[in-house]
Amino acid sequence: MLRVEGVTAGYGPITVLRDVGFEARAGEVTAIMGRNGAGKSTLLKCVMGLVPATAGTIVLDGIEVHRLPAHRVPHHGVAYVPQGRRLFGPLTVAENLSVGLYARDGGPEVRAAVLELFPRLRERLGQVSSTLSGGEQQMLAIARALCLEPKVLMLDEPTEGLQPSMIRLIQDTVLRLKDTGVATILVEQRVDAALRVADAIAFMANGRIAETARAADLTPEARQFADHVGV
Amino acid sequence: MAAVLALTAVGLNLVFGVMRVVNVAHGEFFMLGAIGAWFVTHYLPVPAAMAWIAALVIAPLAVGAIAALADVTVLKRLKYDPEATIVATIGLLYIFQQAALSFYGPDARPVAPPFHLRLQLPWFGYSGYKLFVVVAAAVILLGVWLLMTRTRAGLVMRATQVDRDTARNFGIDVDRVYAGTFALGAALAAAAAVLIVPIQQAHYLMGHDPLLLSFIVVIIGGLGSLRGTLVAALVIGLSDGVISMFFSPTLAKIIATLAVALVLVFRPQGLFGAKE
Ligand SMILES: Nc1ncnc2c1ncn2[C@@H]1O[C@H](COP(=O)(O)OP(=O)(O)OP(=O)(O)O)[C@@H](O)[C@H]1O
Ligand SMILES: [Mg+2]
Repeated sequence: MLRVEGVTAGYGPITVLRDVGFEARAGEVTAIMGRNGAGKSTLLKCVMGLVPATAGTIVLDGIEVHRLPAHRVPHHGVAYVPQGRRLFGPLTVAENLSVGLYARDGGPEVRAAVLELFPRLRERLGQVSSTLSGGEQQMLAIARALCLEPKVLMLDEPTEGLQPSMIRLIQDTVLRLKDTGVATILVEQRVDAALRVADAIAFMANGRIAETARAADLTPEARQFADHVGV
Repeated sequence: MAAVLALTAVGLNLVFGVMRVVNVAHGEFFMLGAIGAWFVTHYLPVPAAMAWIAALVIAPLAVGAIAALADVTVLKRLKYDPEATIVATIGLLYIFQQAALSFYGPDARPVAPPFHLRLQLPWFGYSGYKLFVVVAAAVILLGVWLLMTRTRAGLVMRATQVDRDTARNFGIDVDRVYAGTFALGAALAAAAAVLIVPIQQAHYLMGHDPLLLSFIVVIIGGLGSLRGTLVAALVIGLSDGVISMFFSPTLAKIIATLAVALVLVFRPQGLFGAKE
């Protein structure tokens, strides 16, 4: 579905990603793991066009995503839940969802389907989003992304700082989306969480993909976690 | 005049709010609007009232187009860096002024009001036109408010204002939003000028006062706050008029300056501005 090959990227003169390659398949969750500063967030920003790739290709169903300006990427069905959520704080829940619907002209039925997944948001449509609880904010960040009816959904540490029941809820949502054929890319720090939802895991270190593995072949004690995540 | 001041100040504040650009050339868009009105009413071979109405449409559109061009050719190249754009808009101010001087000349020229109606009203004195200006400005402001709060374009502008990278991630073409916002801000100043020019005459240096007053309004009302701008424009505009009439214009300026100083010291984010 989404194939990244030989991508090099960075911020100005600083190169962060070096020759990165991996593939995210439809109906699968691909987890990206690695230590702080390994370049996980930069990789997602690069797919979104916020950090330009200076070499390599990013291809989604034959479309060369790396050639598009950032604002054209979501039109092709790439949705992004950034680290720290980055909601439009002064806007209401309903307005945040409307921004999500904007790029692909999603109608009321798209919105209704998304709210079906998060009934708690439906009760708070008129609330200013910065006043939501942390868990509700994360739900809204995911709901806003789903308003794009994405083919590829990228989530950057969506369960950071949340309580266990909320983490479950978000994981269950990710698992449900899998059945609809979405290719999910999930940046995750915790081993148990990754093993619970992921089909494949790509380990990043120093701006490279150091190793990839099928989640089914790994146990929580696997060497890869000790090597690349440091548990 | 409070109503016209509000239009100009809202334009300035919109540009600052969405783009984080302090537009020092904003008063020149006002001036260009007035001069545009003079050209339209002078050369269009129709009755004065119709010519003026044409000017109210054409001048803001033309000034908006000039602003969009300035945005794309100058501000965008500076990547909207806050400091660089201040210097650049000072440059634009000078260019617009010199262009007006060359093409229009140093004279102040009158524009005929669309109608002469003598009314006996408290406050507005005898001029029915002044009353019309207030109503027209209020209608335009209401339109801006509806645009910002009720339309897709307004939503897109507000989302861009909050977080431009995330706006891009949701398909918003930030460059287009910026060009449109800059054009809208300039068009509001131009519309204000077309409204005022039958009272004031068009002159190539007339942009200074509205710029200064708009800054005062925006500082008092709060940067980026539409509501604050309206309230502050009303207070400043009315008190300026009343104090100038009963005491002296100098006293009015002194009081306005004092108000700015007090707000800057005690509430630097403005009366309605959000704390960072
Ligand atoms: N805007 C920026 N400008 C310059 N360097 C940056 C910028 N953002 C990130 N970096 C650098 O890029 C490297 C990778 O950062 P990135 O945020 O991708 O890491 P990460 O794997 O997501 O880490 P974390 O687990 O802490 O979220 C870091 O060394 C960081 O300092
Ligand atoms: Mg990160």
